[in-house]
This record gives sequence, C-alpha cells and structure tokens, in this order.
Amino acid sequence: MTLLDDAKSDTSSPSPSSNTPGKKKRQSPLAVFREMPILVKLSALWVLLIVVGSIYGKIDVLLDDVLPLQDPILQTNAFNPDTLEFGTGTPSENPSLTHWLGTDSIARDGFARIVHGSWVSLIVALVSATFGIVVGGFLGSLVGFVRGKTETIIMSLIDVILAFPALVLLLAMVSIFEVRNLYVISLVIGFLSIPAYTRVARANSLAISNREFVLAAQAIGTKPSKILFREIIPNVYQSLLSYALVAAAFVIVVEGTLSFLGLSVQLPTPTWGNMINEARSNINLTVWPVVWPSLALTFTVLSFNQIGDFFQKRNAVRGSAL
Amino acid sequence: MPTAGADATRLTRSEKTEPLLVVEDLKTYFQTPNGLVKAVDGVTLSVERGKTLGVVGESGSGKTVLSRSIMRLNTAGNVITHGSVTYNGEDLLAKSPRQMRDIWGVEMAMVFQDPMTSLNPVVKVGRQMTEHIRHHLGVSKKDARDTAVELLRSVRIPEPEARFDNYPHEMSGGMRQRVCIAIALACGPKMLFADEPTTALDVTVQHQILNLLGQQQVDRFMTMIMVTHDLGVVAGRTDEIAVMYAGKVVEKAPTKQLFADMRHPYTEALLRSIPKIDDPKHTKLSAISGRPPDLINPPSGCAFSPRCPYAQPQCFTDTPPLGAAPTPGHQYACWFPVGSPEGKDAWDKNLEAKRPQTMAAAGLVNATEELAAGAVVGG
Ligand SMILES: Nc1ncnc2c1ncn2[C@@H]1O[C@H](COP(=O)(O)OP(=O)(O)OP(=O)(O)O)[C@@H](O)[C@H]1O
Ligand code: SF4
Ligand SMILES: [Mg+2]
Repeated sequence: MTLLDDAKSDTSSPSPSSNTPGKKKRQSPLAVFREMPILVKLSALWVLLIVVGSIYGKIDVLLDDVLPLQDPILQTNAFNPDTLEFGTGTPSENPSLTHWLGTDSIARDGFARIVHGSWVSLIVALVSATFGIVVGGFLGSLVGFVRGKTETIIMSLIDVILAFPALVLLLAMVSIFEVRNLYVISLVIGFLSIPAYTRVARANSLAISNREFVLAAQAIGTKPSKILFREIIPNVYQSLLSYALVAAAFVIVVEGTLSFLGLSVQLPTPTWGNMINEARSNINLTVWPVVWPSLALTFTVLSFNQIGDFFQKRNAVRGSAL
Repeated sequence: MPTAGADATRLTRSEKTEPLLVVEDLKTYFQTPNGLVKAVDGVTLSVERGKTLGVVGESGSGKTVLSRSIMRLNTAGNVITHGSVTYNGEDLLAKSPRQMRDIWGVEMAMVFQDPMTSLNPVVKVGRQMTEHIRHHLGVSKKDARDTAVELLRSVRIPEPEARFDNYPHEMSGGMRQRVCIAIALACGPKMLFADEPTTALDVTVQHQILNLLGQQQVDRFMTMIMVTHDLGVVAGRTDEIAVMYAGKVVEKAPTKQLFADMRHPYTEALLRSIPKIDDPKHTKLSAISGRPPDLINPPSGCAFSPRCPYAQPQCFTDTPPLGAAPTPGHQYACWFPVGSPEGKDAWDKNLEAKRPQTMAAAGLVNATEELAAGAVVGG
C-alpha cells in the first residue's frame, strides 16, 4: 500500500508517512523488476536489449569485426578487391535469413545498421542524463536550499536558456563546432538538458529543505554545506534518477531530429535518425529501411517513458519541465 | 560583544542558582499575505538547571514556534523575533547562525514530533550518528562508531550493532524516535527540547519513550522543555508547567500546584479533556468547544473569551495580565479565576444565562447528547 501512498503524496501536504524517497533503496533489481506491471517489464527488457545490442555493436567496431554481425557501412553488393568478386547482396531486399531486416537502397544490412545506430541514441541519452544530473542536479539542489539572491540569479539564467527555442539553440551550437562527432553532439545536447534538470532538482530541493530531517540536522549543529551534500542532494538525486529516464526518451528524439536534419553525427555512421532520413527518399523502392529505425526509436522512447513513469510514481516525484 | 558574552558566561556559571534559560517577552511573528501571525506573543519563562518545564496547549497555540524560537531554528524568511533569550548568561538572539552552530547539538538539542520525517531516509542511521559525533567531538571513525553503538544501547535499542546499518524505513516508529533521541543526546547537550516527542507514536510506545527521556534527563542532568498538547503526558514528568493559549502563557505553576489548584479556565478545560481511568465506560470526553483563536486578528480582551465558560463582559474588552497567585511560583492571566469567589459567581451567572460554553463545560449539553446517543449505542 505504501506504493500507492507514495504515488499520491504531494510535498505540499506534510502527511507523516508520505514521500520517503529512500524507502525501497535496498531492493534488488530483480525484486524491482517483479514489481513492474507487464508493460514496464517489456520496456525494461527492450532497453536491456538495446543496451546489450549497442555495446555488442561497439565492441564489434572496436575489435574489427570479430563478432558475428555484419558491417553496417558495407554495401553487400560491392566489389571486393581481395576476393575479386561482387557481394551477394542486392539493394532494397526484403527481410530474409541472411538479412534479417532486409537491406537498404545501397544494399547495406538493415539489422547491422539498427544495432550500430542504437549506440548513438544510447550515448546521447547517457551523456545528457549525466550532465543533467550532475550539473543541473547540483545547481537545483543548491538554489532550492540556499534561496535568496543565488536562487534568483541562477534561475534567471536557467529561464533564459529555457526560453530559447531548444532546436534553434541546438542548431546554433552544433554549427559552431567544426567536427560533428558523437561526443560533440552529446555534449551539446547534454548542456541543453541542464536547465530542465535544474528546475526539477530545485522543486525537489525546495520540498526537501522543508522536511523535518533537515531542521533536525540543523538543530544538532550541522554546517549548511554538509546539510546540502548529506541531506538535500542525496534525496534530490533519488528522484532525479527517475526523471532522467523520462528525459532520456526526449533526448533520443532530439538526436533523431538532428540526424534527420542531417545535423547530427557525420555520415556514414548510422544513427536511427539519419537512417530514416536517407531511406525516406527511396521509400518507393522499399519501406523497411524507414520502418525499422522508426520502430526502434518509438519503442525505445516509449520504454524509457514507461520505466521513467514507473520509477517516478514509485518515488513520488513531482515537477517536470522539458 | 564576544568578550563581554564570554565574561558573562563565566559569571553565571559560578552562580549555579541562576536559571539556565531565561526567556523574556519573546515575540515571534510571521508576515503572511493575510496579515501578521502572532504565533508567540510575549512569552516570559525560565527553567532552572536540571529541571523540566512542560509547555502545554492545544494545536496552534504556538508551542512549536516557541521552542524553535528559543533555539533559533525558525528558518522561514518571513519571521520577526523580539524579546530576549538568555541561555547560560548568553543572549541567543544576538548570535549569528554560525555562532549558533556551537550551541546546537552541544548545548541545546531537540527531539522532534515525528520520527518518520526527522531522519534522513537515504542515509543509514549509524552513519547519521557518527558523522555528527565526528564533527563535534573530532574522534576517529572507529571511536565514533563505538560511541554511536553505545548511545543506541543507552536508548534501549536491541542489537545496536545490527541496527547501526539499518535505514530509517527499516525501523518502527518507536525505534526511530529512540534513534532521534540518541542523535540529540550524542554530544551531551545540557538542554533538551522535546516537541511532542510521542504524539506520532502508539500509546504503548509513548510511555516507553517518555520514561526513556526522563531517565536520560536524570542520568545526564539535563534541563528539559517538554512540549505537548496533553496535560496527562506532563503530569508526572515535569517540575513546572506553562500553559499556552494563542501564543501567550496563560498559566504557569509548579506541576503539583497546577493540578491541585489550577486557576485558568483554559487549564481546567484542558484537564477535563483527558480521559481518566476511573471514568465510567463510554463517558464522553469533553472537548473544548469552539475553535482555537485566529492569530492574525485575535479577539479583543482575553483571547480565550469566546470559548471560556467563565467569560464576563470585562473579558471581552480587557486583556488580563499574567499575575501572581498567592502560592509562590504560580501565575495566571484571568479576571475570574477558577476556584475564586469571582470565578464561581461568573460561572453561576453564565449557567443561569445558559451560555452554551458553560453548559457544555458543566456537562449539561453533553449529558443530553449522551441520552440521545445512548439508545443507539445500547442497542
Ligand atoms: N512559517 C510560518 N508562517 C506563518 N505562520 C506560521 C509559520 N509557522 C507557524 N505558523 C503559525 O503559527 C501558529 C502556531 O503554530 P505552532 O506550530 O507553534 O503550534 P503548536 O502549538 O506547536 O501546535 P501543534 O500542537 O499542532 O504542533 C500556527 O497557527 C501556525 O499556522
Ligand atoms: S474568565 Fe475571562 S479572563 Fe478568565 S479566561 Fe475566561 S475569558 Fe479569559
Ligand atoms: Mg507543534
């Protein structure tokens, strides 16, 4: 029943048993998994699949094709100078046993491209979440606790960044950099995630600062800096983690949009976004190269949202802004 | 200023008879959009070393604000404080938050009402204790752990070593309140504030916790302020009681004296609302009729007048001062005190006029209600 209570509780009503972020801290991941509704379970499995797949793909790239996965860039019908033969593939193949998800208009293996493309989505999600949690989480916790001028100044800055149309800012920042590799893209998106995280963290910090244990810490002579790091931040982070899942979904879409506009990672590195972009011009030849990355993107975003919602309800986090 | 303060300390330390805490005309107001909330409105009291003062009053009477004001824990930005708080010869209201940090925990500590919310949910209880101990006493990690385990043992927590690594949510309410007490006691404060330390707990646990507090107080020769809305809680556990109403102390007396010879109608009403063991079954508890006063626009005259069974026209216009009763140490603020001829006259007059408050207090209204309800309950 505590689960339900937690979900409904709101910081404005100081009901005694409500909203204890750390309540289930020590549950094993498996126990948490069992607690999930079926849809969330499926989502968790899908995300796990994506994580494993993208790491698998990355290892394959790093170790020069040692793993059984096709080269995502190789045109399977191309002339091979070593064997002096043409490849066996054809462009725009339908799914088959050799090409599970078919091939695209220049005969690249669809499955390999999906797997490799997931790496970009994953990294972008991870980097932006890390940025958001570390920088945004800290700023938000700080201003929610100290209030006053610090809060006014920092929050005004944050609001200014938030007030800019995100995509325009993104385009501007991306165009500043000469190289558009994954890291630059991730950093830019990460930087732009900070304001949203700051707002969420601030809302949580405000609520937590009013909780009795913070006063109790003060009443035994704890230094404000220690209260911030020991009492406020751990509790804020507890709730930010679940927010990060929801935010990750959003960020993956942002990267997809950038790729679609041809402004993300440089070609030929596959990302789901640029796969859709490339394939859409040949949609009259084959729909699969548009369908697969779109599905992958949709499922991933949906899954992150599902899992994020699940954890948010569990921790009774409120406030979200993106 | 600091040097003068230090001298004053030395002086009063030698004078052991000086009260440890002297509060004079303390006022704590909150600025709100609706007006000025006079949560504490001119409280004067003192507590001698090693003694316990009970502060009693119903919800909203300003007990929490009073104890937090004395400890300088009112952090809200909208707070205005006047008056003086002298602890051990030092003026607390003149201290900066940084200076207060040397007082908090070491000189004064507080046990809060709700042990469910006064522990950090994401930090193990042992860690919450040792950090505090290490910070104040500057001991090694291991020594701090030993001290913490010892403290847990002293507040009667079974298997303290095992409990050390628990998160708060793994403990029961009573257990958590013991941990809170242990944390409050960790640096050997000379003065302990207990703000309704048992209100959130089961009745059976309440007694254990109160006994524990009493025991610790004697063992450590602490001075204590025990805040509660329940006169029954402070009856056998305090040396003196201050009854608060609408931010003011309306009666103050040594505990025995108060129970033997209470003068203020509000005190009487509070006492009447405690269930007694020898009451016949199904006796209806007499709640105090009417609402607690509006602290923004308090009634003119005596704040209790709209609810008081004794109230006379004078009460609605003139505010009674806190005056001395014949017995030493007993003070009350009332024009028609309980047990006095004037009080009796006032009561009789009101009864005759069928003042509803008086009828309810006399049990006349309740009695009829009992009759009406009796048929249903009996059947
Ligand atoms: N920060 C604040 N701003 C405005 N009003 C406040 C603030 N803090 C307390 N008050 C008001 O001060 C009054 C006294 O509150 P207080 O908490 O001291 O009562 P209490 O006697 O401790 O009651 P309880 O038994 O419910 O704990 C209340 O009416 C409350 O609304
Ligand atoms: S008798 Fe008058 S002065 Fe005394 S408590 Fe009642 S209203 Fe106040
Ligand atoms: Mg209170």
